[in-house]
Amino acid sequence: MKSTFETPIVEKEEFVCEAPNDMKTSESGFANLKYLIVGIMFGIVFVKAEIISWFRIQEMFRLQSFHMYGVIGSAVVVGMISVFLIKKFNIKTLSGETVEFHPKKFQQGQIYGGLLFGLGWAITGACPGPLFAQIGSGFVAVLVTLLSAIAGTWTYGYFKEKLPN
Amino acid sequence: MELLEFIKQPWPWYVAGPLIGLTVPTLLLIGNKSFGISSSLRHICAACMPADIPFFKYNWRKEIWNLVFVFGVLIGGFIATNFLANPNTIVINPQTIKDLSALGIKDFNGLMPSDIFATENIFSLKGLIFFVIGGFMVGFGTRWAGGCTSGHAIMGISNLQVPSVIATCCFMVGGFASTHLLLPLIFKLF
Repeated sequence: MKSTFETPIVEKEEFVCEAPNDMKTSESGFANLKYLIVGIMFGIVFVKAEIISWFRIQEMFRLQSFHMYGVIGSAVVVGMISVFLIKKFNIKTLSGETVEFHPKKFQQGQIYGGLLFGLGWAITGACPGPLFAQIGSGFVAVLVTLLSAIAGTWTYGYFKEKLPN
Repeated sequence: MELLEFIKQPWPWYVAGPLIGLTVPTLLLIGNKSFGISSSLRHICAACMPADIPFFKYNWRKEIWNLVFVFGVLIGGFIATNFLANPNTIVINPQTIKDLSALGIKDFNGLMPSDIFATENIFSLKGLIFFVIGGFMVGFGTRWAGGCTSGHAIMGISNLQVPSVIATCCFMVGGFASTHLLLPLIFKLF
């Protein structure tokens, strides 16, 4: 008889999520409201700073505006200071856990995949975040872009073992 | 009332950038979550069509926060566009307008040119290139790279990860190549 305690899913490799949930205590569905609110704020910033605009992305890649460089640059600086402070003072999460950080390993995919994403970024005028904000803004056609991006992710998963990683 | 008028103006980079940067500690501190948006696309695959592919066989329910987060981004987009929209026309660098006009763009009034993003373009060659192929490259590329602008450029570099710097440089190189080499060819088709 098979033990019911065995995990039913046999994974070839350990699951590595690039944006993981490291919370140890489990959260109720209601607790997810926090992430909804942060997401809403984030979406508002995306639209109000015109980051979702195809024109802003074109200005960036034509070096005709500082706007996007300013946005990404200052976001990185604020993020860096925050991470530094969390590590230095060992700031705990709301539920008292130690904040987990994940070192990233170099992989060739970061080059090939990065270039491919960059090519798509300038065509669609959106990275994954703005895609959602564009749809919310009423650009119905971007639903097709999102579905295609999901299809692209699925296709990557299908061919993952055959690609240089 | 005046506050609302103030908020309705386009926000400068030095307001938007720090707010986006603050998402990193906010997510870490409210729930030990690492910032990254493209992972949501993987969770959707894992939830809807795992198809026995090892890459999609994991407990996506644990990562449901990420799907709630991106749904929030969508709602945020709706709120900002319907209640906080800038009443004026978008200000674009005249040189960009000149360059894009030369490629055939005519509509410079909104955030997105209707020449490309109009709904009726979905089932056309434009739709195939700008939505289907472009979107596919974004989805395939971000997962291959292990993240996008949020996971690598913002979260990864904030955590001083060299691979994220490499990935970000490749995003930019790809974008420059696409803008200056691919787009002129693409626009010749229309």
